[in-house]
Amino acid sequence: MPHLTYAAPATVEDAVRALAGATGVAKPLSGGTDLLVQLRTGRAQPDLIVDTKRIPGMMGVREENGAFVIGAATPSALLGEHPGLKKAWPGLVEAAKLIGSTQIQARATLAGNLCNASPAADSVPAMIVARVTCVIAGPGGRREVPVETICTGPGKTSLARGEIIVAFKLPPRPKHSGDAYLRFIPRTEMDIAVVGCGVNLTLDAGGVCSDARVALGAVAPTAVLVPEGAKALVGRKLDDAALKALDAAARQACKPIDDKRGTVDYRIKVAGVLARRAATIAFARAEAAR
Amino acid sequence: MAYENLKVVGTRPIRPDGVDKVTGRAQFGADMTMPGQLVGKMKRSPHAHARILRIDATKALALPGVKAVVTAADFPDIPDEMAFVGEGPMNFRDLSCNCMARDKALYEGHAVAAVAATTAAIADEAVALIDIAYEVLPHVIDVEAAMAEDAPLLHPRMITQGVQPAPTKPSNIAKKMVFALGDIAQGFKDAEVIVQRKYTTKPVHQAYIEPHACIAAASSDGQAQIFSSSQGQFMIRAYVAKLLGIDISNIRVTPAEIGGGFGGKTLVYLEPVALALSKKCGRPVKMVMSREEVFKASGPTSGGAVEVKIGAKKDGTITAAEATLKYQAGAFAGSPVGPGCMAAFAMYDLKNVTITGYDVVSNRPKVAAYRAPGAPISTFGVESCIDELARKIGMDPIAFRAKNAAKNGTKAAYGPTFKDIGYVETLEAARKHPHYQQPLGKNQGRGVASGFWFNIGGESSAAVHINEDGTAVVVEGCPDIGGSRASMAMMAAEVLGLPIERVRPVIADTSSVGYSFLTGGSRVTFATGMAVTQAAEQAVVELRKRAAVTWDIPVDDIAWADGKAHPIGASAGKFPPLSLGEIALKSARTGGPIGGKAQINAQGAAPGYGTHVCDVEVDLETGHVTILRYTAVQDVGRAIHPSYVEGQIQGGVAQGIGWALNEEYIYDKDGRLENAGFLDYRVPVCSDLPMIEAVVVEVPNPRHPFGVKGVGEVPIVPPMAAVANAIYDAIGVRMPDLPISPPRLRAAIDRRAEAAE
Amino acid sequence: MSQHHVSATVNGEPVEFLCEPQETLLDVLRDRLNLTGSKEGCGSGDCGACSVVVDGRLMCSCLMLGAEAEGRAIETIESLAQGDRLHPLQQRFLEHAALQCGFCTPGFLVAAKALLDRNPNPTESEARYWLAGNLCRCTGYDKIIRAVMDAAADLRK
Repeated sequence: MPHLTYAAPATVEDAVRALAGATGVAKPLSGGTDLLVQLRTGRAQPDLIVDTKRIPGMMGVREENGAFVIGAATPSALLGEHPGLKKAWPGLVEAAKLIGSTQIQARATLAGNLCNASPAADSVPAMIVARVTCVIAGPGGRREVPVETICTGPGKTSLARGEIIVAFKLPPRPKHSGDAYLRFIPRTEMDIAVVGCGVNLTLDAGGVCSDARVALGAVAPTAVLVPEGAKALVGRKLDDAALKALDAAARQACKPIDDKRGTVDYRIKVAGVLARRAATIAFARAEAAR
Repeated sequence: MAYENLKVVGTRPIRPDGVDKVTGRAQFGADMTMPGQLVGKMKRSPHAHARILRIDATKALALPGVKAVVTAADFPDIPDEMAFVGEGPMNFRDLSCNCMARDKALYEGHAVAAVAATTAAIADEAVALIDIAYEVLPHVIDVEAAMAEDAPLLHPRMITQGVQPAPTKPSNIAKKMVFALGDIAQGFKDAEVIVQRKYTTKPVHQAYIEPHACIAAASSDGQAQIFSSSQGQFMIRAYVAKLLGIDISNIRVTPAEIGGGFGGKTLVYLEPVALALSKKCGRPVKMVMSREEVFKASGPTSGGAVEVKIGAKKDGTITAAEATLKYQAGAFAGSPVGPGCMAAFAMYDLKNVTITGYDVVSNRPKVAAYRAPGAPISTFGVESCIDELARKIGMDPIAFRAKNAAKNGTKAAYGPTFKDIGYVETLEAARKHPHYQQPLGKNQGRGVASGFWFNIGGESSAAVHINEDGTAVVVEGCPDIGGSRASMAMMAAEVLGLPIERVRPVIADTSSVGYSFLTGGSRVTFATGMAVTQAAEQAVVELRKRAAVTWDIPVDDIAWADGKAHPIGASAGKFPPLSLGEIALKSARTGGPIGGKAQINAQGAAPGYGTHVCDVEVDLETGHVTILRYTAVQDVGRAIHPSYVEGQIQGGVAQGIGWALNEEYIYDKDGRLENAGFLDYRVPVCSDLPMIEAVVVEVPNPRHPFGVKGVGEVPIVPPMAAVANAIYDAIGVRMPDLPISPPRLRAAIDRRAEAAE
Repeated sequence: MSQHHVSATVNGEPVEFLCEPQETLLDVLRDRLNLTGSKEGCGSGDCGACSVVVDGRLMCSCLMLGAEAEGRAIETIESLAQGDRLHPLQQRFLEHAALQCGFCTPGFLVAAKALLDRNPNPTESEARYWLAGNLCRCTGYDKIIRAVMDAAADLRK
């Protein structure tokens, strides 16, 4: 790596300027759990690495009027230690905390997990169903977009040159809501998800589902929202018919591949299984919040 | 001499190298540095099979900081010559070509050139600058595909050995072998129930956590120093001498602490190359494999196809057994199909048995030993088949095995008649264990499987020196992979009558102790322990002689007990006992330094047997298997240090479980490895396993002074079948193909559901 | 290629070192600071043999650049014992024979200490899941977990 430079700017503007103005390939560094592995194998060969962790505000969880703002370079471990966030969004937190081992947890960030754009990224389905928005800073200023617009394909994002995510925003949580994220891995830890499923729902006063979002990971080039899955849940309680319809909707939404982690057939079947199981947990959490 | 009333052997002292290991002070292969050292890196073939047309290192050599480049041209072109390597045969020419490809790259990752430079970054850049022209050839990986008529040929002159008349055309089948007893045709005629099935396993890696590492330093007078993490410094010395054409006495190999081996470090990969680089530039060269290189270019084990047919009477007596084994050898001949054949039915007393084995080359790394090489693969097939047969007859799996068990006097298919074995004892201990009675719930099941391993003896040297203050040093030459040096000190302490803290072991370099065969074959506690015991006994003879001189009585009137010389016989009671310390203090006056030495070829190793019980729970919707409980019973002869004996058993079980459930080499269509890292090569992690109960049975081996049988390899032999049999017990689905990964199990569950409709 | 000058605290002592941009913290610890107790088993954060604690958090030193260590407090295996007094974890590992080859042991000890610092009374399952990022190929983890649970009890006294 003859021409690699490392910089650790102190402001967002400096980071944007460095990334936008780099002569070669420039990459932001938050937790490094993907980038450093790629540097080592040669899959990534940047000329400039811009470390975002020294920028004030990039780390930490803030609660404002029932809504949460998460600094983009916040390690997953910190998310798990924030009692308010865990209480309001247990599914999102558990998704972030499934990424890798305890050691990885101290470094891995939502920004990195999202922008690495692996189809199997654990935090992404959970963020999508939670209606997370991303605050992006770039040469053209700041903008805020839904998280599902970021990943455009395996390893590809919609971010323009010089743009970085600075924060993730969670909307205020309606009453009687619950979310859950489940993934299937062959071992009990350490694996990349073969299938991941996030479910977020809200119940009305009678315990009937009034709003739902279902998303799947690792079954398509990017995480997918499953509108038919939501339809299977809204307007009813979680009975066998709803679960069956949800299972079918999840299977239908898959466009998976055969790879070293799973087959097409297997991913489709397990997508249905996880959708049912995640919905059951989300429902129970929403019930408990009633 | 048999020892009784043991005071040290059988206890659990803290291992003498323990503090260094828990503080990070212990020096493993990559921890050593030498002044002026350079970094060595390999250039490796990106193709699974290719002719090497041209190597141009000009640009690499011109890069500032690059001090040497080597290729096969820098290695002597040695002829074919067979050698015994650990537990399998190896051809020295093949070994040389494996270390540095000559004419052809035979697998992705095959070393084709190497560079020494002042920094790792420069070495990496230099490697990229070496220009190699390849002619890519068709490749073959799967063992049965490699045996096919039209398979791409790896070695144009390979004619199958062991076939009469010899074939006229070359093939990828290096060897065929047959082991037979009795008349299986008649045996199958006599059978009332027969089970026949084909089983397959995928190639797996030993997956030691420490990558291969060494430093080699050549001096201009032809001498060389090597510091290396390996299973045998004498093996390294011998192979480097052979591959580079150096006198053995000119090479001194110092063993580093070794971070796991399991058979995978019984060969050389880096050492000859590092020394060749060092010779060229006159500076020490350090080479350390990356994890990717370990997976791609060290010695994983075979994948195999195993066909088993067993016939029995309705009362459970086996009348005939037949197996055909086909094992991948990798790029060069020498898979463990031989031991696989020999171990396959060794648990049973059979009159009619035929085992046929094929050693087949294919375009993947040359296989090295992996803990009981060959046996886990064949035993997976046999023990799964036995399970099916027992169920068909309606017998309990342990009772079925007991009915047919090998006992003292059983003649094995591969020749010897067993004596002093303890297989039946392990079956009995398993049957009586509370685990076997524990109730099971929904989708839970229990599997039983047994296993065998030969265990070897072989050459070992040891010395025991009595220090002036009455402490002792034990010098031996076998790298300590699992705590063996503690056992050496314990046996010496027992013989000398010293407390363990006053006996310190040292694992010496090749110039400081006599020749020892490598650490493998479950031999160290047996063979090196025997040498250490004999050396300590010699020291005791010498100590008694010094007491005789001191007291002026015949040496036959002196007994040694509790670390003291006692006058007996006609001289009984005439003198107070003389302690070892008192004798040592006066050694100069009584004849000089006191010690003992032994250099032996240990005979009389006894085979080991294990019986395992495994409980699983299956998630029918995802195919995920959870190991709920595991009990491994094993006859170890005598446990010198019980904690490390248990540890060997637990570790082997964990590897077997990984082999059963999730470990496999995954190749793409170009023969390139897709999972060359610990993310997608899935070894069991801490949360995957329950506590593993190791039950130690002791049926002593009378041919060892302490009754030792080797322990390290048997534990990996039964688990694959134990897990597969447990899955069958849980959900009624037979899994004859490994690994039983969730997608495969779910697919099998679905096929069974479809078949039922 | 310009090197970074880094000032950090390692095992309680202030250190300064130079490193190239692509060097990891593990490279720096082993090759620049001669602290070879942390091991490289995989270079990709999958085996935990390189585990260290940075500003109180357990992480893989192979997944951090040396340059990132600026101003940070790093603790390695070399700081676990106090002089010649072993930490209860080290003592229990020895008593339980929780190591065979010993290569993964520094990583496990650092990780286990980080567990007990945070959760002095873990269940067996909590310990297993916390330590899932540390691979051992020799022991099957049984004696490691027993040692950790016993050391936890020692520390609670």
